[in-house]
Amino acid sequence: KQPRLVPGTEGISMNPYVGLVSSLRAAWLSGKTRAAEHRVSQLEALGRFLDDKKQPILDAMASDMRKPPLEAELSEIILVKNQVNYALNNLSSWMKDEGVDKNLVTQLDTAFIRKEPYGVVLIIAPWNYPLHLILVPLVGAIAAGNCVIIKPSEISSRTEKLLAETLPSYLDKDCFAVVTGGPAETTQLLENKFDYIFFTGSPQVGKIMMAAAAKHLTPLTLELGGKNPCYVADESNLQNVANRLVWGRCFNAGQTCIAPDYVLCSAETQEKLLPALRSAITQFFGPDPRESPDFARIISDKQFQRIRALLGSGRVAIGGQTDEKERYIAPTVLADVQPSEPAMQEEIFGPVLPIVTVPNVDEAIALINSRERPLAVYVFASDSKLVHRVLEQTSSGGFGANDSMMQMMLLSLPFGGIGSSGLGSYHGKFSFDTFSHHRACLLRSMGLEPMNALRYPPYSERKMGLLTSASEIKRKGTCTLL
Amino acid sequence: MAPPAPIVERARAAFRSGRSRPLAFRLRQLRALERMVTEKETEIAAALHADLHKSECNAYSFEIMGVLGEIALMVDMLPTWVAPQPVSKNIMTLTDEVYIHREPLGVVLVIGAWNYPFVLIMQPLIGAIAAGNAVVIKPSEISENTAKLVAELIPQYIDKDLYPVINGGVTETTELLKERFDHIFYTGSSQVGKIVMEAAAKHLTPVTLELGGKSPCYIDKDCNIEIACRRVTWGKYMNCGQTCIAPDYILCDQSIQNKVVENIKKTLKEFHGEDIKKSPDYERIVSKHHFKRLVTLLEGQKIAYGGETDEATCFIAPTILTDVSPESRIMKEEIFGPLLPIVTIKSADEAIQFINQREKPLALYLFSYDKKLIKRMISETSSGGVTANDVIMHYTLPDLPFGGVGNSGMGNYHGKHSFETFSHRRSCLIKSLAMESVNKIRYPPNTQRKLDWAKFFFLKRFNKGRLGLIALALLGAILAVVIKVAYS
Repeated sequence: KQPRLVPGTEGISMNPYVGLVSSLRAAWLSGKTRAAEHRVSQLEALGRFLDDKKQPILDAMASDMRKPPLEAELSEIILVKNQVNYALNNLSSWMKDEGVDKNLVTQLDTAFIRKEPYGVVLIIAPWNYPLHLILVPLVGAIAAGNCVIIKPSEISSRTEKLLAETLPSYLDKDCFAVVTGGPAETTQLLENKFDYIFFTGSPQVGKIMMAAAAKHLTPLTLELGGKNPCYVADESNLQNVANRLVWGRCFNAGQTCIAPDYVLCSAETQEKLLPALRSAITQFFGPDPRESPDFARIISDKQFQRIRALLGSGRVAIGGQTDEKERYIAPTVLADVQPSEPAMQEEIFGPVLPIVTVPNVDEAIALINSRERPLAVYVFASDSKLVHRVLEQTSSGGFGANDSMMQMMLLSLPFGGIGSSGLGSYHGKFSFDTFSHHRACLLRSMGLEPMNALRYPPYSERKMGLLTSASEIKRKGTCTLL
Repeated sequence: MAPPAPIVERARAAFRSGRSRPLAFRLRQLRALERMVTEKETEIAAALHADLHKSECNAYSFEIMGVLGEIALMVDMLPTWVAPQPVSKNIMTLTDEVYIHREPLGVVLVIGAWNYPFVLIMQPLIGAIAAGNAVVIKPSEISENTAKLVAELIPQYIDKDLYPVINGGVTETTELLKERFDHIFYTGSSQVGKIVMEAAAKHLTPVTLELGGKSPCYIDKDCNIEIACRRVTWGKYMNCGQTCIAPDYILCDQSIQNKVVENIKKTLKEFHGEDIKKSPDYERIVSKHHFKRLVTLLEGQKIAYGGETDEATCFIAPTILTDVSPESRIMKEEIFGPLLPIVTIKSADEAIQFINQREKPLALYLFSYDKKLIKRMISETSSGGVTANDVIMHYTLPDLPFGGVGNSGMGNYHGKHSFETFSHRRSCLIKSLAMESVNKIRYPPNTQRKLDWAKFFFLKRFNKGRLGLIALALLGAILAVVIKVAYS
């Protein structure tokens, strides 16, 4: 059966991905991925992939960016399996039609929201959590009944290879495909029409994605980035703060979208924080973090050089050592950084923590609000009022008090950005809803026609009166049209 | 028209002041809008009549009642909706506060359409205000009387800086779209929808696009054709066919085509009498441009009923076309007028195929006594929404999300869905600065033992119901002590 070309794409027959997209669309139209059994089998297969390929996955991560095995196991396997199992446990309830309140006129009808797959979905992931950021969206897309093309990052090349070579054998090849390549290939892929695009990456590339999606009116989710501020209040004991900050900043050598990006605190707190940070770093990584097996490396020369150039901001209070050959950058704290300096102009995405001193929390809030809205805002304070003040007076994707990063571990919280840090969200049920079209359905009967008489012309004052009184029924039976 | 930048900047400064956020403020604005609608009902109806020849009754039922119902719903439910929403926790966060905090997005742009010019501005505006945003309002210039009235009335009732009305045509709208917004809500054509989304992409602005398409209407042999046709007639010809969810075309078997035509004819006479031109309940085409567009769609078609036109008054009679070819022009674009093509098919399967070969429409309609068939047709097609055995009505339930899919749009609104559309769901995790020992399992140096503990904490989820919150808290406390001892 010849797959029919999608309207609007006739002019791109030279595009190398037309055939692939068409064949996935044909699989979609066959209805294969809609059945609950098929979705369950694919999700279970993903679970098996994670179990079977655990060591190759850890090896690929180690090879790509020397990700410590515990970090890799936690972020790339455990957290992903969590999503797989959660989806498997809840799929049947998620797939159910959602009943809604009815008004007077529709009392005897059936009204519900039907969650439907979109069709052919494209998932594009970056290199920092190369498996997680492919598979967690994939879990949602599969659970929602879509066919999916996966485009992992070419920069985390070992992981890309692993995915391309081993994942397809676990999944239904008609419905799921892995595409490899760089920006040129991604551009060509994007010329095709997709029914949903899920992109994780930088805001810059996010704009390109959205412009490409606009050509086909394709809805999308963009998980982008920004500079996540951490306000540290004047506390008596800063060791716990330091531990949590260092953990968040140094996990994956700082290459995490929700890592604490910079600290805002008073000059006094900065002075107290520095020895606490030093102590935490030593406790975690030993006197020479380069020797520690628990500290990752920077993914590429380009990223290494970019981060190294930021070390000139403020003064290096802790760390600062680099090794180009290994792409090693020591856990570093820059003190007395000015908001105008390079380290405060771009997302750091490395194990470097600038401290910008501000006289008080109001100044901190003003500084945060003068910048693009980040993926996360963090506050470290034992004063609950202060915590809530920062919450109320700032805007960000998510918010964490007295810890960093942990909000993404909870499946019950939607994970996403706002403004230039992204649009849309996912994780847990939010993934399922993201990849579903919510279709409003009203099933009426052909009987009871006299009830409709009020709405038909010719209109009269009497009908108007009846209409008005019918519409005066309060919340539980509010009529909008009749 | 004045350049939009200063107006948008003023709205942004007003938003930054924080005054649109408190619940009391939002409720005040919503009640003011309610007063506006009830006090100025006559003026609103007059504007709608001037723009579209809408009768007072039509105006009331389709534009005013819906707005009042929506405001009542918002005012009633908003206190519940704005409250932080606690969510289920895992064992690591047992003693923490975990919730979703709904916040305004910032400055929202609402662009209206000309066919229901009042409600298509008001309903998104109500949602955006309810969610705490500033809103820049851009009514359609084509329904110019309503646009003018909206610009006059809105500032009289609600905050002038937070909710400015900007009028203008294509040039002005293009300028407006260059500004940065935090959400753009657009109702209109798919063509312009692409332009809006492209402009939004430059600022990474999320969009809701309520677009259009050809909403198919399948009439099965096994149904009450008289009733089906009465309902279709009502939905198709209301507002002179200028409704985004009007049944665009009919799919039915050849054998019932004539019966369908006869029943629609009969119903039209019932609704509008012998001379429809004289009926106060029948609207007109909004402009000469659209009038001419519709007249060209009639070329080469078999007119079974109707077909009269009068350019001077933009009048087009309710028209039925039979044996329409799927390749003809009238089947290639959304009609948005009182022309009803009938395309004959041989079976429900053929109808499903026909529908699936085309862009996903805003609405799907189907008439049949066969419940199984209805279920199947819904499952095997896609559309924004569905009404079975009637038309239009899914629009009227505020709890149903109203929106399109594919070419017919993205996102949705009405009732709580409006509130969600214009809100940001901010995930909040509030921990304590103490209880550090629990965190130690995740800090380096890493050991296998730590990983095993980590697996336990990160993988286990508990149902509150099963163990009871107190038992869980106890367990958490015990574990904290155990770990502290183990790692001290």
